[in-house]
Amino acid sequence: MGGSESRREKWLVERDGLQRLLDALREAGYEPIGPRLRDGAIVYDVIERVDDLPAGWTDRQDGGSYRLKRRADQALFGYAVGPHAWKRFLHEPRQSLWRARRTGTGFRVEAPANEAPRYAFIGVRACELHAIAIQDRVLIGDRYADPAYKARRESAFIVALNCSVAGGTCFCASMKTGPAVESGFDIALTEILDGQSHFFVVESGSERGADLLAQVPCREAGAEALAAADAVVARTAAAMGRELEAEGLPELLLRNLEHPRWDEVAGRCLGCGNCTMVCPTCFCTSVEDATDLSGDTAERVRRWDSCFTTAFSHLHGGSVRASPKSRYRQWMTHKLATWVEQFGSSGCVGCGRCITWCPVGIDLTEEARAIRQSDGIERGKDHGRT
Amino acid sequence: MEGLERIIKEHPFFRDLDPRFVALVVGCAKNVRFDAGEYLFREDGEADQFYLIRHGRVALEMVSPSGGAVTFQTLGEGELVGLSWFVPPYRWAYDARALELVRAVSLDAVCLRRKLDDDHDLGYEVMQRLVPVLIERLQGTRLQMLDVYGAARK
Amino acid sequence: MIPEVARVAGTRRETADTWTLELEPPAGQDVWAYRPGQFNMLYAFGIGEVPISVSGSLRDGARLLHTVRAVGTVSSALARLKRGDSVGVRGPFGSAWPVEEAAGSDVLIAAGGLGFAPVRPALHALIARRERYGKLILLYGSRSPEEILYRREIEDLRRRLDVDIQVTVDHATEAWHGHVGVVTTLIRRAAFDPEHTVAMLCGPEVMMRFTVAALRDAGVARENVYLSMERNMKCALGHCGHCQFGSDFICKEGPVLRYDRIRDRLGVREV
Repeated sequence: MGGSESRREKWLVERDGLQRLLDALREAGYEPIGPRLRDGAIVYDVIERVDDLPAGWTDRQDGGSYRLKRRADQALFGYAVGPHAWKRFLHEPRQSLWRARRTGTGFRVEAPANEAPRYAFIGVRACELHAIAIQDRVLIGDRYADPAYKARRESAFIVALNCSVAGGTCFCASMKTGPAVESGFDIALTEILDGQSHFFVVESGSERGADLLAQVPCREAGAEALAAADAVVARTAAAMGRELEAEGLPELLLRNLEHPRWDEVAGRCLGCGNCTMVCPTCFCTSVEDATDLSGDTAERVRRWDSCFTTAFSHLHGGSVRASPKSRYRQWMTHKLATWVEQFGSSGCVGCGRCITWCPVGIDLTEEARAIRQSDGIERGKDHGRT
Repeated sequence: MEGLERIIKEHPFFRDLDPRFVALVVGCAKNVRFDAGEYLFREDGEADQFYLIRHGRVALEMVSPSGGAVTFQTLGEGELVGLSWFVPPYRWAYDARALELVRAVSLDAVCLRRKLDDDHDLGYEVMQRLVPVLIERLQGTRLQMLDVYGAARK
Repeated sequence: MIPEVARVAGTRRETADTWTLELEPPAGQDVWAYRPGQFNMLYAFGIGEVPISVSGSLRDGARLLHTVRAVGTVSSALARLKRGDSVGVRGPFGSAWPVEEAAGSDVLIAAGGLGFAPVRPALHALIARRERYGKLILLYGSRSPEEILYRREIEDLRRRLDVDIQVTVDHATEAWHGHVGVVTTLIRRAAFDPEHTVAMLCGPEVMMRFTVAALRDAGVARENVYLSMERNMKCALGHCGHCQFGSDFICKEGPVLRYDRIRDRLGVREV
């Protein structure tokens, strides 16, 4: 917070010097995960070489739309975020929790081995840093800590990136979660392309970040480079695709639980749950219990779940939230309102993924705006027509 | 009469009733008692009395499909037994049976109905007290029908 | 969180579809720790886990009681367990009935159906320190006479001179000579000082809503009424998201919640 971060020393690393960063990470025992082009999208996967990055690509995002386009230059990180969030590596989509084995007199339960892989995340955006911090609060900072998440989280090395492209559905500026990265990283990069020059302004954000940076060829960043880096962030901040008025939003939504807008959006929402899959803060999971064919060994597996399913709120032979309207309302009011009371911050980081990946393009900034504009209207209070 | 007047004024159904109305009501009232097992009234009987319970429990019963009598509501001290006296054709819709010794004030419905017709202010006063009882009984019945404690449906 | 394994010391059939399991503590433990109102996640080997409230304990915590109604796959498996069988236990979880906070007040417990089970430990705790409380009243509504839980215990308690117990059923049989009518009809016949009463309610949500309304009409303050809420539960750790009721996780802030906190949500359908 504030000016102390800007006092950090900033260095300059040439584009090709980035390979040395990846190699140093591997030598230190980390597996680098970063953006790669696959199936017409930029996703997060293992990267070995700088050339694995989607150089020269950018994205055009809008409600229900994601397209890749070629850039005029060869920027390595010239795009916004894709459908993947880092949560798929920290809070695995499918995880074995424990096994139980029958014994002569009953059964015993065995804890899992819990060896956490050591990942290095390459290109983590400011919104994503906030999302990771939010999931930390839920999964390790609350009453109970999730040991698997904790182990992965502690060993994860974070190379953050200041965004040079604001996506068509981005609104991190509204949520005060970006585009500048501020804390929670080991190393931060800002990519600069200027005519023939292609380099990164880098800084370390932790001791292990500084140690690793010491192994990468770099020189001190001069005033011009620093100014160029600031300009990248300023340009991105001014180019946000969406806006969300966050002032008083929790109270606004919670006093409008019977607003007719919920019925209106329910007419569009398919209940597909895409938004919950791509959202970097959504954390809901379910568990499955199964035995092997002999019936002597049982396993409990945890997997991602979504509040959009009717089974999610199953109780006493029915669902508490049977209607699509109630499920959309649950998701949006949790994300933007009740999350604040639960965890001390909004659950939304303004990444825009839910807008882009919704098949019908539902935009929660638009839904919030609609409710704000007709705050207080209630269904069934017209008392009929005269 | 003085004792009866006090009893009526103290009964929850007529609490805070204007003194001139109390005098009118008392004219139709008398003290009664029922022993355990005795019927206050029976289904299809003429609804010419109703009761303000002072002591004891009364079971409201109907005949079940299997033939026996089933209680659908239990009333007791401070409560009103009998509502159909107010509405034509003035016939009881169920049985009311004393479960134990019951002391009550019995009100002559024919007498009272005449007074309600003559004095509409008294009529409105009685209606204002009767309707809430009706609503409460109706709502209770709905809750009983909802079968809220039943096992979950699959 | 990994389940511990506990042995079933005994079972007792309560009604046609409800059984109480008596559990020995897991290896290395002499007594069970819990507060009235809390629940454990009980695991039937290979089948699954469900949240079951603690319904009492014996011998100063050396045996734990859980009353299970067989309605689904897991609960049916648990209800079928026999002495000597093993069950997985995680817990205890959740918030407790305000047994301490109610000291100095009259206490009115209103239970409906299987809701008597989660509040019974509170009743035991109140009776154990009877001198700290004013009037102690239990109002219990059941569907029918055959479904009355813990009938023998209720009959024993009625012999005490310092606890007022009223039982009612929604649907009577010919043999039933007790009260018939919804549980709210018992409130007017209970003697308590509304301004100094703490009410603990446990049962189906609709029953608790109407009971709150009747208590409010009688003059009991919103801050003195507690409800035990239920929602779908998977992890009981506040991590899976299933049990949310507005901003509260039933596994953490609940299941016992004070009425003034949840009043606005109770009236909204499908929250």
